Amino acid sequence: MALRGAIVVDTEKCKGCSVCLVNCPTNTIALAKEVNSKGYNFAYMAYPENCTGCTNCATVCPDTCITVYRVKV
Amino acid sequence: MDLKDIIKPENRVYAKTPVLTENVMHYCPGCSHGTVHKIIAEVIEEMGIQEKTIGISPVGCSVFAYNYVDIDWQQAAHGRAPAVATATKRLFPDKYVFTYQGDGDLASIGTAEIMHACNRGENIVVIFINNAIYGMTGGQMAPTTLIGMKTSTSPYGRSEELHGKPLKITELIAQLEGTCYVTRQSVQSAAAARKTKRAIRKAFENSALSKGTSFVEVVSACNSGWKLSPVKANEWMVENMFPQYPLGDIKDR
Amino acid sequence: MAEHILMKGNEAIAISAIRNGCDGYFGYPITPQSEVMETLMEEKPWETTGMVVLQAESETSSINMLYGGASCGKKVMTSSSSPGLSLMCEGLSYLAGAELPCVVVNVVRGGPGLGTIQPGQGDYFQACKGGGHGDYKMVVLAPSSAQEMYDFVDLGFDLSFKYLNPVMILADGVVGQMMEKVELKPMKPRWSDDYIKSTFKWATTGKTPDRKQNVITSLALDAAVHERLNYKLQQKYKQMEQEDVRFETFMCEDAEHVIVAYGCMARICESTVELARKEGIKLGLLRPITLYPFPTAEINRLVPQLKTMMSVELSAGQMVEDVRLAVNGRVPVNFFGRLGGIVPSPEEVFEAFKKEIK
Repeated sequence: MALRGAIVVDTEKCKGCSVCLVNCPTNTIALAKEVNSKGYNFAYMAYPENCTGCTNCATVCPDTCITVYRVKV
Repeated sequence: MDLKDIIKPENRVYAKTPVLTENVMHYCPGCSHGTVHKIIAEVIEEMGIQEKTIGISPVGCSVFAYNYVDIDWQQAAHGRAPAVATATKRLFPDKYVFTYQGDGDLASIGTAEIMHACNRGENIVVIFINNAIYGMTGGQMAPTTLIGMKTSTSPYGRSEELHGKPLKITELIAQLEGTCYVTRQSVQSAAAARKTKRAIRKAFENSALSKGTSFVEVVSACNSGWKLSPVKANEWMVENMFPQYPLGDIKDR
Repeated sequence: MAEHILMKGNEAIAISAIRNGCDGYFGYPITPQSEVMETLMEEKPWETTGMVVLQAESETSSINMLYGGASCGKKVMTSSSSPGLSLMCEGLSYLAGAELPCVVVNVVRGGPGLGTIQPGQGDYFQACKGGGHGDYKMVVLAPSSAQEMYDFVDLGFDLSFKYLNPVMILADGVVGQMMEKVELKPMKPRWSDDYIKSTFKWATTGKTPDRKQNVITSLALDAAVHERLNYKLQQKYKQMEQEDVRFETFMCEDAEHVIVAYGCMARICESTVELARKEGIKLGLLRPITLYPFPTAEINRLVPQLKTMMSVELSAGQMVEDVRLAVNGRVPVNFFGRLGGIVPSPEEVFEAFKKEIK
């Protein structure tokens, strides 16, 4: 049984600090090339197929802008 | 499997706690304050004590903690939060009362207040953010600043001759009979943040058991003050702060 | 019949706190007012009314404990003497800025610095002109008897909750230490937590789903918001000046000269007035009971009939400035004061008065 996950980033709240990135064990997340209205390159799921929904990114996010979903497949 | 099949309410495993407000935090990107605020809010939600919790915010970056954690707050004068919390807890003994203080607030100007509140064994929780710098006023030297660390008031690095050694106030606090739980944690990684959450939860539970003061230091990064990127600041913290401020429980009874 | 007990002014403060529903006293020992906390500890009110009494580590802590207690909508008080009050000025400014009620007793001794433990009235400026930072005021009550020490605790709480502002009882070493008969008024129970919750909607009683969070703070970084906060405070001080000026006059009806004195000096000057009357000099006494708000209107009313006024104080001349502001140059305003804890006799004041009107 495998776990499939996904994250939804509140891109307006994200400040692009990258702490989620380095805490992601599956290299799912990257910073977007585009910026939000504050001028931050926000985090996004660059490789969605990697995500296991482990919640590490959301746990360390200082701005609580990540919601995590997970299913067993 | 399509993303839309995963992103469904029934599959949600992590979301913002409603105890956090919708306000965007004023903290710099990557600041540890946000993570600790979130942890406190999650503990309050999980324990179901939103109506019974009163926070005391300090002077410093986290002066505005009340904008983010949706409970009743009192904003104290610099360093005086433990005195404010003392009266609040004694006059509302059934409430959960916690202070949230930085290193300048707790370990410098408020040394007398924290020592005596802890020594009296006030049934409060103290959350101590140690990032070795004054963030709000623009990066000045704190009592916990490391030897050699450059700040705006130690531009050539903190010197032992001039300023003395960094103050390990948490070890001092642990000596006081009134404290029941003294621990040092961090939030740079998911594992560390989860440990901090367990520590903060335990601290709040202690307060209901009238065991005395619970004191949780969170060794934190101030990337703006340290003039590093958020990720680099966390790495620097692990390398340089942890040897001086080792993580783990110092006292638990 | 009401109960009368012989007690010191300082003891009256303590007994009155217990009997008037005070929730918490937080203090630090200092002469000449240590009897306040000593009496409270002796009485153990936590076993009767549930009042909390705590010896803090410093006056700085005591005043911040008041900040915490007052934030909860509780009736809290402290007492100290001059050097202790200097330490409390930071907290007083925060309490005023955050609009919190509390009663602070200053049993004044001689200053500056460590000064003397003898009585003084040199803290008038600190009390009335705002010892801490920023534009704030407090109602300042000046008792001249042990009975007033007792009564002003209750009055102080009433006024502090009316205005949501600290109230100071500015006593002096004489009033604090002297023993007098005190009438004990009927007991007032402490407020219940439910009463506090439903009455003081601003208090940090715990955020319930039916209301927004309550935040007690004096901080407002937005310039416009901060200016509005200050105007609101100033409006309160105006209201104090309109509604809560308190004073007493003695033989002022036909007076040609009036002495202004408060606290222990008012009692001494009453005898001075009697001495003057015996010599056919039409002297009267105005005793401000509130030093802020100051009885400016009463002085205005008296000035047309007067030849001189004189402020008599245990200071180098502080209240005299408010008398002069009220008189505004219309008649000479003289001053007599003693320092170092020396309390002048009625005769000494009379001699000084006669010298000035010659």
